[in-house]
Amino acid sequence: MNRAPVLFLNVAVVAACGLVYELLAGTLASYVMGDSVTQFSLIIGLYLSALGVGSWLSKYLEQGLARRFIEIELAVALLGGFSAPILFLIFAHMRHFYPALYGMVFAIGVLVGLEIPILMRLLKDSFEFKDLVARVLTFDYLGALAASILFPILLVPYLGLVRTSLAFGLLNGLVGLWATFILRPQLARVAGLRVRCALVLVLLAAGFAGAGYLTSLAEDNLYNDEIVYAKNTHYQRIVVTRGGGGFQLYLNGHLQFNSIDEYRYHEALVHPAMASCATPRRVAVLGGGDGLALREILKYTQVEQVTLVDLDPGMTELSSSFPPLAVLNAHSFDDPRVRVVNRDAMLWLEECNESFDVVLVDFPDPSNFSLGKLYTTRFYRLLKARLAPGGRVAVQSTSPLFARKSFWCINRTMGKAGFHVKPYQTAVPSFGVWGFSLASQTEFELPHTISAEVRSLDTPSLAALFVLNADMGPVEVEINRLDNQVLVRYYDDELRRWD
Amino acid sequence: MTRMTRREILRLFLGAPALAALGGCGTSKQERDLPPGSLAGASLDFGHRLRTEAPPEPPSEAWQSAGVVIVGGGVAGLSAAWRLLRAGYRDFFLLELESEAGGTARGGRNAVTAYPWGAHYICAPSARNRPLTDLLGEMGILDGTDERGEPVVGEQFVVRDPDERLFHMGRWEEGLYQRAGASEEDLRQLAAFEALIGKYAGMRDGQGRRAFEIPLSLGSDDAILAELDRMSMAEFLSRNGFTSERLCRFVRYACRDDYGAELEQTSAWAGVFYYASRLVRSSSESRPLVTWPQGNGRIVEYLTSLAREKIRTGLAVADVNPVERNGKAEVEIRAFDRVNECGAAYRAKCVIFAAPQFLARYVIRPWRSDPPSHVGAFEYGAWMVANLTLKDRPAEPGYPLCWDNVIYDSPSLGYVVATHQAGRERGPTVFTYYYPLCDSDPKQARARLLATDRDAWAETALADLARPHPEIRSLCERLDVMRWGHAMVRPKPGFLWGQARRQAAAPFRGIHFAHSDLSGVALFEEAQYQGVRAADEVLKVFGVG
Ligand SMILES: Cc1cc2nc3c(=O)[nH]c(=O)nc-3n(C[C@H](O)[C@H](O)[C@H](O)COP(=O)(O)OP(=O)(O)OC[C@H]3O[C@@H](n4cnc5c(N)ncnc54)[C@H](O)[C@@H]3O)c2cc1C
Repeated sequence: MNRAPVLFLNVAVVAACGLVYELLAGTLASYVMGDSVTQFSLIIGLYLSALGVGSWLSKYLEQGLARRFIEIELAVALLGGFSAPILFLIFAHMRHFYPALYGMVFAIGVLVGLEIPILMRLLKDSFEFKDLVARVLTFDYLGALAASILFPILLVPYLGLVRTSLAFGLLNGLVGLWATFILRPQLARVAGLRVRCALVLVLLAAGFAGAGYLTSLAEDNLYNDEIVYAKNTHYQRIVVTRGGGGFQLYLNGHLQFNSIDEYRYHEALVHPAMASCATPRRVAVLGGGDGLALREILKYTQVEQVTLVDLDPGMTELSSSFPPLAVLNAHSFDDPRVRVVNRDAMLWLEECNESFDVVLVDFPDPSNFSLGKLYTTRFYRLLKARLAPGGRVAVQSTSPLFARKSFWCINRTMGKAGFHVKPYQTAVPSFGVWGFSLASQTEFELPHTISAEVRSLDTPSLAALFVLNADMGPVEVEINRLDNQVLVRYYDDELRRWD
Repeated sequence: MTRMTRREILRLFLGAPALAALGGCGTSKQERDLPPGSLAGASLDFGHRLRTEAPPEPPSEAWQSAGVVIVGGGVAGLSAAWRLLRAGYRDFFLLELESEAGGTARGGRNAVTAYPWGAHYICAPSARNRPLTDLLGEMGILDGTDERGEPVVGEQFVVRDPDERLFHMGRWEEGLYQRAGASEEDLRQLAAFEALIGKYAGMRDGQGRRAFEIPLSLGSDDAILAELDRMSMAEFLSRNGFTSERLCRFVRYACRDDYGAELEQTSAWAGVFYYASRLVRSSSESRPLVTWPQGNGRIVEYLTSLAREKIRTGLAVADVNPVERNGKAEVEIRAFDRVNECGAAYRAKCVIFAAPQFLARYVIRPWRSDPPSHVGAFEYGAWMVANLTLKDRPAEPGYPLCWDNVIYDSPSLGYVVATHQAGRERGPTVFTYYYPLCDSDPKQARARLLATDRDAWAETALADLARPHPEIRSLCERLDVMRWGHAMVRPKPGFLWGQARRQAAAPFRGIHFAHSDLSGVALFEEAQYQGVRAADEVLKVFGVG
């Protein structure tokens, strides 16, 4: 019987798989916690001690060693193989993440710890003790070496954590199946074992094939509430969720509004500008495809025409036809005064030759370069050129509290472009403190009263908008230009700090 | 260590690059089919004709006269025309070989966008470069001047951020210096290199001239600096103890990018010039780069529009002959008319020769039998440029699509994105892919360039681009190739401050020379300078301006 060398190969595979599961767990823990040294040493320590526990437990296994070995192998295949997908799915629920992570590492460690002693016992009759120990340990360490090299270079970059873990699960499963052949002489019946092996392999293969589906499952977990609408348009992913007595719109995973408190945001965006403009006849909204700013603008009877420029036809169509949204924006898109232009606002401004009395700028936050350009001196200069004398502009300018530099960068950049700017803020519970900038070509008075019907702004609270707390005051910032895009970098830094 | 955002962790879980890579594997059938496209090229048959055929002899009624004939309508020739027109001098023709003026700064255009065929940017000029400041002012590119009196380029013309990225180990990173994984020693050497360049940038000679200026002629010709010209950039790096591989690659990229030459083939003066001339004073502040979708083709379009009625295209000048007629010196110019297959002939008081120097020995009649020694000193690199029209942007890991996108370890220089400066971040675009042939023997490079046809170049470009963009073949709808046989003059060691350049720039019997190769570095600013200088010489002869 010369099955010994093959069994040594098993040792290597078992060791490699074990180490990969351990590395997966360590990588994950350090990404989630950020403290890689602590996390890696914790995971390694836990895994090694579990190996010890497993080895110690192995002495209690006495009969049917070959069968036990294969069963343990299958258990490792399942547990290790599905470790990353499982952690992935519970990742969104932080409270369960750590128990699951450490539990998983420990369980895998125990199982792998059982395997090596069993294998040695299976082989003990074929070898002298000194050879046996030497060979088993050699293959054990070689397997670990292979895994530790492959992991960072090939596995993580090309397969990602989920597929890596499933692939190694498959490998463990195959070792199990293979063992039913090599250890055939020591096994009474093999049919049942082989069926179980096949089952495990099918499960893992299905997991591997369906790894992409995990994204959509995971997305559900990313949002706190039930998804009622989701669509990938050419430009972005639109998701509408419902919960907590309202509904919420997300673009690319970023909350745009919550129907419960959006009125605070949109009243603050629209009314100060409208109220401080003597003749708000022609109005433009840049961004704001949800139609909620439109709803506020259309409250003014003097308004003759509103041009809404939003990149994404998918968004404006949804806002005009998807009932909850259309009701929320008071069917603004059906108003004959409204004209919709689906274009990049900057390209539109470059070609535009109309002028406007009020322009409301409601873009998503400057989280990437294509959005950052919409907050540059170039953009504001183009905008200024389109403003009728005595016109007003209001810009959503991120949070003066958690993105203070970004907020001041936008205000300063508008100033550099020649605007007289008055920063202001309001509280929107879904977002926190939110900032805006009211601007005009010339010095202007703050508005005192709002003639339209509003919920949040009476005379004292309107004045209070323009009072910034001390912790939102000006900070030193650079001007955001097309050729430096500093704002994207400020915003990214600030976002990371608060995320 | 910074914490990752949720989204980044999700991406890590799912191995985003794997998805892209797997997507690219399924296209094996398409791999054989190349996208359609054409082979453009500086008229290559002409060189052969020049050497084998006698120049045409048109009938006497076909002769036309003018005060000045400009031979060659690249940036140098067009700038000469611009200068003459600014001086109010209109008695001239500009003869251009190709069907369009512009030379290596030409651009093209299709339904998607305008795109460059060669030169694609200039550095924002200092006020000291009057001709360029004037030109950009005329074109409406400048927004006045800053507090130091320096011209300010309009924000929309300065290369937009994100401007540069590097593809290495499966990811795009910001910038052209590969920072990820750099050791302390690497970074120390980078800083030392930058400091050394800063020192050169701040140097002034006894007359207060900066050592390195664009154009060269504004700077110092001090002998000590000219010493640098005697060694290669490779030697310069090793003499100064720069051994870091990353740094050497970074500098090598610069030499290949600006001069189409390897470190060993580039004069250290030229290598330092590349960096130092771009700095504002000695600070680390760089001059902004200025670009348009069609690259410098935008300037060509402007210059062409001014001189339109003076430009004659499709004329290959084959003979420039200084003669004596009725006791007066003049120059006869004979050309093949490439459209009508007949000859064209001009008589002029002066010629501005704005075609490359290597042609002078075949075209200037007295030099055919007796070429002056300097003509042989001019060497030119060969380049291939491909324009890929894409129906959409490739998906990619890492830093987002930039203006300039470089692939580490590639024989190419990567690609620029034509829609970048227009702010079009989505949908179809054109990638302009640059490939210099840096063989040490330029003849060999040219032979290699011309022996390779459109399909083979297309295959080269696609295979290279498939590394960062596995799906490039399925996105590419058209791939046009340009072969530049004499793309740009090589600033090899000893050439910039040797005798040849000076000798070649001296007028010869009514012929004034203007091509950018007289500067030894192929740059827009040099072409403009040479064109304007030659026009000034001519105006002086006529007592105009
Ligand atoms: C691929 C590439 C990329 C480059 N990128 C840049 C860049 O980004 N920035 C930059 O500043 N520079 C760049 N350059 C350098 C560029 O060459 C110069 O900026 C400048 O355009 C050179 O102009 P020129 O007029 O001196 O020469 P050319 O462009 O060579 O013009 C010579 C002209 O003469 C014509 N001609 C030649 N022979 C005859 C004849 N017998 N009769 C009539 N006409 C003739 C030619 O057709 C041509 O139009 C690049 C060059 C290449 C090849």
